[in-house]
Amino acid sequence: MKKGGKDKIKVAFFDFTGCEGCQLNKLNLENDLLDILEHVEIVEFREAMDDKADEYDIAFVEGSITTPECVTRIHDIRRRSKVLVALGACATNGGINALKNIHDIDEVRERVYGKDKYLFPTIPVMPVHAIVKVDYKIYGCPMTQEEFVKVFKALVMGKKPQVPNYAVCVECKLRENECLLERGIFCLGPVTRAGCNARCPSFGQSCIGCRGLVDDVNQNASIEILKRYGYSLEEAIKRMNLFNTTEVKVEP
Amino acid sequence: MGQNLDINVHHITRVEGHGNIVVNVKEGKLERAYLEIVEAPRYFEAILKGRNYKEAAIITSRICGICSLGHQMTSLKATEAALGLDVSEQTVLLRKLLIDGATIQSHVLHSLFLVTPDFVGKPSVFAMIGDYREAVLRALRMKNIANLVSEVVGGRAVHPVTPIPGGFTRIPEAGELKFLKEKLVNEMLPDCDATVELMHQLLDTIPNFERETEYISLQCDDEYAFYDGDICSSDTGRVPVDQYEKMTNEFVVPHSTSKHARANRESFMVGALARFNNNSSQLFERAQRAAEKLRLKAPCYNPYMNSIAQIVEVVHCTEEAIKIIDTLLARGLKDEKPDQEPKKYGRGIGSTEVPRGILYHDYTYDRKGLIVKANCVIPTGQNLGNIDYDMKKLVPEIIDEPKESIVKKLEMLVRAYDPCISCSVHMLDVDFVE
Repeated sequence: MKKGGKDKIKVAFFDFTGCEGCQLNKLNLENDLLDILEHVEIVEFREAMDDKADEYDIAFVEGSITTPECVTRIHDIRRRSKVLVALGACATNGGINALKNIHDIDEVRERVYGKDKYLFPTIPVMPVHAIVKVDYKIYGCPMTQEEFVKVFKALVMGKKPQVPNYAVCVECKLRENECLLERGIFCLGPVTRAGCNARCPSFGQSCIGCRGLVDDVNQNASIEILKRYGYSLEEAIKRMNLFNTTEVKVEP
Repeated sequence: MGQNLDINVHHITRVEGHGNIVVNVKEGKLERAYLEIVEAPRYFEAILKGRNYKEAAIITSRICGICSLGHQMTSLKATEAALGLDVSEQTVLLRKLLIDGATIQSHVLHSLFLVTPDFVGKPSVFAMIGDYREAVLRALRMKNIANLVSEVVGGRAVHPVTPIPGGFTRIPEAGELKFLKEKLVNEMLPDCDATVELMHQLLDTIPNFERETEYISLQCDDEYAFYDGDICSSDTGRVPVDQYEKMTNEFVVPHSTSKHARANRESFMVGALARFNNNSSQLFERAQRAAEKLRLKAPCYNPYMNSIAQIVEVVHCTEEAIKIIDTLLARGLKDEKPDQEPKKYGRGIGSTEVPRGILYHDYTYDRKGLIVKANCVIPTGQNLGNIDYDMKKLVPEIIDEPKESIVKKLEMLVRAYDPCISCSVHMLDVDFVE
């Protein structure tokens, strides 16, 4: 992609349903933010600026598709974008929002809005790729700044960004952490896509699966492992569902 | 007069989440003025049902990236109250330190990145880099240090990983805290002073508008309350947190996917200005001086001054963080194991002051430690009614100004509240109708 002068790469950020933590994580790139701005022109970023534009070289899309309006808007953004990147768990696989899908939708609406439940339309939660073509994905809840910068740089230089497709356990072992499963703590490290440098296990917290499952994961085998450590099938599926409702295929 | 005015600001910018401003004046008569909340509902209360007590804070943290720490703290307190889990003095100190970091981070982001562009007439903080490079770099430094506090103690700034029911999965080392203290003393405090100086120069750009309302915040006897206290109303005084429903009375309105709230009047205000109005005498000394210099005196009835109250709180939280680190180092850090064995089941209510105001989480657990019922009452939801009433008073006062100026003042008003719409729907746009 071209850069510099008038031909700076036009970058836009869009947010659908989510917590905007990934947007915040971009603003938290305190040290790199100004450098990035020298190479690209941010043409839309509603959370931080007033400007709006018609077309984009790279569109970063955050959040899940959860209403009929979201569907219309994502089609419109796709039409105007050369490259579309899904950003964060909500966009890449529905994230925690998708937990809604395992409950009866009417009951869910009634629980929150009572008799006013039909006031606001809702549909099952979907990742962005369920509606439009997604060129690249940046995983995680929240996305890591390191991975964002890595993908961003690759795209600006016209390269194909690479993200890991192996389990968090690999990174955890490299950091020489004591295995949490060995300590009797439920951990989704064996099935979860790496790229976070095993942050949670390194802080003594179990992996909660926020980066999604690795491709072609043997879900039955991983559930066997969890059962071996004393967790029921139901419990294992429930925990795997936390960030991965749209990916977990095992039935209780 | 017989004027007509139609304003419809769709998806207002520089706020967290999606909302529209709708104002409609016909023949000089104000027909509509409200903030329409269009953020997609996320149904967290339903999502929580059936989840284990160890997951509640992980899930509710995802209500909002900006307020993730606030949701975690409040969630942990509710769970601990319901299950009878004890927390140590060290845990409370570390949580207060985390709250200081998160409050500084959020306030710097809001007052300096999202609001200051209005004061200096720029469309965004990015556009300020040319003329106000030093101010932008300073704000970035301040955010960076605040985030460092969260990273060292919480393991991560957005959605921290170490806080769990009963305590922490990892206790920071003394060396890490000493490093934080050096940053706070040598870099943050001077940057606080320079920020107060900048805001002092921009004070004249803050609209002159007042509407007296009810101010609600936590209050406690021994400190400027963030982590603990009773609910305090400027109208009726203090009540315990377990009576929060009396102070919120949530109801659904057709123009908002976020519920509205009322206490003793048609609306009330929460957030930095409400805290300042109720508790300003408990601010630390440097923050008191900052308030004086920024002409902020309790009670202040100008909602636009909320951003100024945030700057004062940034100073206070910096001072508090330094004092907490001193205390922790003097006590000596202990590698404590969190108490995670439930002693009872049933209902627990937690409340803390998060950057945007008072937050409540209310959970009921069954005997397996699974959530049967959950309710979260969010500061932005509590403020929405007050924003509408402010707009209804403001529009007639400025109706003779050019439309552009009216729109700008309305947007600035909504922004001043620092609305966190994702949170409130667990939203913002401006619509003018002509």
